[in-house]
Amino acid sequence: MANVASTTASAGTELTARALREAVFSGLITLGLFVLFVGLETTQNIRNELVLNQRWGLLVIFVVVAMVGRFLMVAYAQPWLAQRKAAKAAAPDVAKEETFFSRNFSKIAIIALVLYPPVIVALLGVQGSLKWVDNFGIQILIYVMLAWGLNIVVGLAGLLDLGYVAFYAVGAYSYALLSSYFGLSFWVLLPVAGLLAACWGVILGFPVLRLRGDYLAIVTLAFGEIIRLVLINWTEVTKGTFGVSGIAKATLFGLKFDATKTGFAAMMGLPMSSAYYKIFLFYLILALALLTAFVTIRLRRMPIGRAWEALREDEIACRSLGINTTTTKLTAFATGAMFGGFAGSFFAVRQGFVSPESFVFLESAVILAIVVLGGMGSLTGIAIAAVVMIGGTEILRELAFLKVVFGPNFTPELYRMLIFGLAMVVVMVWKPRGFVGSREPTAFLRERRAVSGSFTKEGHG
Amino acid sequence: MEYFIQQLVNGLTLGSIYGMIAIGYTMVYGIIGMINFAHGDIFMLGGFAALIVFLLLTTFMAGVPVVLALLLMMIVGMLTAALWNWTIERVAYRPLRGSFRLAPLITAIGMSIVLSNFIQVTQGPRNKPIPPLVSSVYDLFGITVSLKQIIIVVITAILLSVFWYIVNRTPLGRAQRATEQDSKMAALLGVDVDRTISVTFIMGAALAAVAGTLYLMYYGVVVFTDGFAPGVKAFTAAVLGGIGSLPGAVLGGLLIGLIESLWSAYFTIDYKDVATFSILAIVLIFKPSGILGRPEVEKV
Amino acid sequence: MTFETNTMTKDPILKVERLSMRFGGLMAINDFSFEAYRGDITALIGPNGAGKTTVFNCITGFYKPTMGMITMKQKAGKEYLLERLPDFEITKHAKVARTFQNIRMFSGLTVLENLLVAQHNKLMQASGYTVLGLLGFPAYRQASREAIEIAKHWLDMASLTDRADDPAGDLPYGAQRRLEIARAMCTGPELLCLDEPAAGLNPRESAALNELLQAIRRDTGTSILLIEHDMSVVMEISDHVVVLEYGQKISDGNPEFVKNDPRVIAAYLGVEDEEVEEVIEQIVEIESEQGGTQP
Repeated sequence: MANVASTTASAGTELTARALREAVFSGLITLGLFVLFVGLETTQNIRNELVLNQRWGLLVIFVVVAMVGRFLMVAYAQPWLAQRKAAKAAAPDVAKEETFFSRNFSKIAIIALVLYPPVIVALLGVQGSLKWVDNFGIQILIYVMLAWGLNIVVGLAGLLDLGYVAFYAVGAYSYALLSSYFGLSFWVLLPVAGLLAACWGVILGFPVLRLRGDYLAIVTLAFGEIIRLVLINWTEVTKGTFGVSGIAKATLFGLKFDATKTGFAAMMGLPMSSAYYKIFLFYLILALALLTAFVTIRLRRMPIGRAWEALREDEIACRSLGINTTTTKLTAFATGAMFGGFAGSFFAVRQGFVSPESFVFLESAVILAIVVLGGMGSLTGIAIAAVVMIGGTEILRELAFLKVVFGPNFTPELYRMLIFGLAMVVVMVWKPRGFVGSREPTAFLRERRAVSGSFTKEGHG
Repeated sequence: MEYFIQQLVNGLTLGSIYGMIAIGYTMVYGIIGMINFAHGDIFMLGGFAALIVFLLLTTFMAGVPVVLALLLMMIVGMLTAALWNWTIERVAYRPLRGSFRLAPLITAIGMSIVLSNFIQVTQGPRNKPIPPLVSSVYDLFGITVSLKQIIIVVITAILLSVFWYIVNRTPLGRAQRATEQDSKMAALLGVDVDRTISVTFIMGAALAAVAGTLYLMYYGVVVFTDGFAPGVKAFTAAVLGGIGSLPGAVLGGLLIGLIESLWSAYFTIDYKDVATFSILAIVLIFKPSGILGRPEVEKV
Repeated sequence: MTFETNTMTKDPILKVERLSMRFGGLMAINDFSFEAYRGDITALIGPNGAGKTTVFNCITGFYKPTMGMITMKQKAGKEYLLERLPDFEITKHAKVARTFQNIRMFSGLTVLENLLVAQHNKLMQASGYTVLGLLGFPAYRQASREAIEIAKHWLDMASLTDRADDPAGDLPYGAQRRLEIARAMCTGPELLCLDEPAAGLNPRESAALNELLQAIRRDTGTSILLIEHDMSVVMEISDHVVVLEYGQKISDGNPEFVKNDPRVIAAYLGVEDEEVEEVIEQIVEIESEQGGTQP
């Protein structure tokens, strides 16, 4: 008995010693990483010369936080996690009861989204709702739609596309230019923008379909950059970096959302507010996103959708079954691009202004990250990822109370992308298959059982 | 003719920098089959480290010889960038090894965002200009060659030779090549695969940091977004040359440098990047595995 | 050199004539000709590296042969020159299906979905190339139900009905082999090409496979061409055996004939150089003997 106690005690001291060692090591690494960039700051002086500003206190805080964090991690968090894991493994496998909520998740989510604007208006008033409907609702839904569109290419067909934002740009500029040059309405141009984007999908897709894996990735990235650079440099048409402004707003069956007598507010006898237009836009993007989801779900149960997934699993086997892989890939590219185009024309109508700035590689990366973080192929997972990533970073703008903690010069927005990047890394390491790693089969004989993520492949073309 | 040769010299200088960054991409790709999107930002980080060392020297040790200054900038830059890349590999890539192929790609993009925003937050978003380090210019038969250009080409040549020696003539290089061919088999034969991969990241980062220092010296300015454009072009160079191939990376870098400077000189500077990317697409359409890449055999 | 010819009355489904395939300096197949007959199980055998899989890849369009002609003659009389068709059209139009030496499953799709993917072209047409199906036309729903019936039939044949809703990657090896064959059959082929279907199977799985192949021939009249290493499988189920060595045909006939052919024995057991003369003499002897006894 005493023997056992002494073993655990010595194991305890050993653990503490190891934790201390690792803490010192982490501290040294942290010091090395941050000594130049945190300890010193390059700033301009009055004569516009670069000078160094010393911040050793901040550096010490970084190092201490790293050391304490590492110590707590090794000494307490890791043993606790290991214990919990062992307990979990030892416990009998209880079949997870499907709750009402998880069974009807998508229906509940759709109803909640439909009710979202009136609830917000009721809670915060018409003007107060503006921010929540626009920055959160519309912004997140745009990314949901884009990610669902890209999901067709990456998640279903397994083709790695790093230039998806190009189709978004094509859609946005199609609407912006065609409406300002020819005065066509949004409802005419929405399908046109989708079709044009799909055409570009085919044009760009055709030469690169022979390429595989990462070669495909770099060429799609290159095409994305080419389209952006053309938008910047073809100033006669696109007005270059100045962008196209004054883009016509969308109407609801001819009903305008402006301050005129025939506008929405006047017709309804309400005081004029831009919030009504935003709410209209919210329902518009919600409808577009749901259309994307509906088409994706339908397509997955059709031969073309199954061929996409089969292509992701094994291209050679597809060919041996008589599937024309070239047209299959092209349709995936075109369909994905089309939804990108729709989203793009919506973006143009929402902003009233488009410029090449909005279509940088980072946007493609963010959309791809949402698809992968959500779990490739899973519409629910992707929606969750979009809410977490986009909503989470938007919420940083609202954290004014942090100024109290970090002083009045602290601007949380500055850390938005830094935290976004860190979140990408953390989520991916934590859940490499994304939030929803399993796959819903498209047909079943007896019961529909989700396919575990360990069987699905990620494609290599 | 002189104008043409002048542009060749400019292109060669630019190409040397791209080539050095491209090696980092191609080595990491060769060894773990992953596009290390954060590599461009490691290059930028190296440039910033060099910048801060330069400011330290001018502030505290005014009058230090230029050669020594450059050397110190490079060495500190290399150490810092190597430490960063080593840490990133440990934290963001190693836990995902052998899992889903897209997961490390996403963490790499995440790391790229983290690095550029980290520098923006800690060092400010503005351009960081420095006074010219070396300004001598020589006139050779009507062609202007600056000392900066000579330094860049010479340092690149020296480093590439050292690098070539390490990869082809040392046990470390042999371990790297073995891991590249088949990491499982290499592990079974006693190669420490984790360590080999770490060393690869360190080497790639060191070269990128040198490139960053030279970039700072050549253009006299660095900014936190500088990781992206040279990074993408170096990656393009690596793919153009045939990703996984070291000579290919250098060749691709030089080609892209030349295309850029010749296109800017003879056509329009606006579309120089369009030209670069178009040439990449065209080359890959006709030669899907790059110029010096091993063609991928599709085994049925 | 003459080979046994007892097949004058039979109707060839596949005719391979003077097939050659060169990889760089290596002549993998050299002037190889043979015929497979309708309704037969034809086995293509030979030592490792003889070029069997290369022949298969030429027939199914994954390689384009350097020279030669491959003719597929369908029941209805339509002929296809396979060396001119891209791989997927060989399955789609010429009705030649294949399996692979290292199984190629859609491992993340369920067993049932695997069989539905195989009916792609038919379903594609029924869905009006997706457009009508997307709009919910009943024709597609009907076709989709029929496709599931066909899949059910093949699940039954391959005794996989219990696993229909499991991911294909979760099946044991032998079941994956059977699934791959069932999947190939779902394309509705007239000729089924199997690349080493018995490789890696245990005796029980091997027996199940034999049964499946016999059933396929019996019920559907599909002709089968298979590559096999396992001589017991070959001898048990095939009607006609073609032997390949170093890219050339060395024997061709019924299993009994091939089994006793000294060239085949030499190829499989290996012969010393000085014995070659001796063996050839023996062959000539046997050939003349057979010429005498057989009509």
